[in-house]
Amino acid sequence: MSMQLMDGRRGLIMGVANDKSIAWGIARACAGAGARLAFSYQGEALKKRVEPLAASVGSDLVLPCDVGDADSLDALFDAVKEAWGGLDFVVHAIGFSDKAELRGRYVDTTPDNFRRTMDISVYSFTAVCQRATALMGPGGSCLTMSYYGAEKVMPHYNVMGVAKAALEASVRYMAEDLGKDGIRVNAISAGPIKTLAASGIGDFRYIMKWNELNSPLRRNVTQDEVGRSALYLLSDLGSGVTGEVLHVDAGYHVVGMKAVDAPDISTVTAREG
Amino acid sequence: MSDISDRVKKIVVEHLGVEEDKITDGASFIDDLGADSLDTVELVMAFEEEFGIEIPDDAAETIQTFGDAVKFITEAQA
Repeated sequence: MSMQLMDGRRGLIMGVANDKSIAWGIARACAGAGARLAFSYQGEALKKRVEPLAASVGSDLVLPCDVGDADSLDALFDAVKEAWGGLDFVVHAIGFSDKAELRGRYVDTTPDNFRRTMDISVYSFTAVCQRATALMGPGGSCLTMSYYGAEKVMPHYNVMGVAKAALEASVRYMAEDLGKDGIRVNAISAGPIKTLAASGIGDFRYIMKWNELNSPLRRNVTQDEVGRSALYLLSDLGSGVTGEVLHVDAGYHVVGMKAVDAPDISTVTAREG
Repeated sequence: MSDISDRVKKIVVEHLGVEEDKITDGASFIDDLGADSLDTVELVMAFEEEFGIEIPDDAAETIQTFGDAVKFITEAQA
């Protein structure tokens, strides 16, 4: 019998909402490579969506967690420790901002939403890594999800872009802190994918069309492509990689201007609308 | 029209797991068909994908019943 890449590896996947979720693409790739998975969810509405997905990859460890609450995080990692005794990898695909502020101007961001967005979208990954890495040995791997809006201004992304910039910086600092223990910390900066969370971002269809027409590969990326790149970072294939923000975006991040062959976006949206 | 209605009905049956005969024009997704707030977002996403249309947030909020959905999609495709 041949060994699979992730045989014997135990991973916690945080942030699956439904079968369109990027975290679900990552979970499928890891399960397909032999990993044993646990899932966390927030609230009953998500529980009923995550449970059948978890069952479909042979996981019965489906646990509640509100990442904004330290006690809830402690309880999650206590439960993981109880069930498995240790952990090999964790995937954090969680963010939050008031939908009303994912359109219009960044400069109008309210203090309450700024704090909440930073707490849930940035600090929660640090809080997760504190607890997850206490259960990991050398070879452990932590992964979070970012977007190009961390580096460049994207329409409507606003406070979430500021949060993703901070998240990417936290990846670098934790890579240094945890590298001494042989634990790696990375992020994937994925191109736009139509997920439940993305439905909160203004003009998302326009953003997807723009990326499709102007990325070097002239298309958008799929959930499975992000899953396979995540597998590289989470497995020994990526054993020499830490502190990295890997762009899985059909190459869009290298582009400086509209492609010559891309039609004017207004004609495209007019035809489709 | 009936084609659109059938396709919308099929999506609602598959997504919410309800009996087809419960889906009347006036049936509210939340009050009559057991949808939660995430279901309503997922249904709108499924309609967009099936019919290749865009349903903006303010329009999505007006789609409360099966009849609302069929009417919106019919007009969007006209």
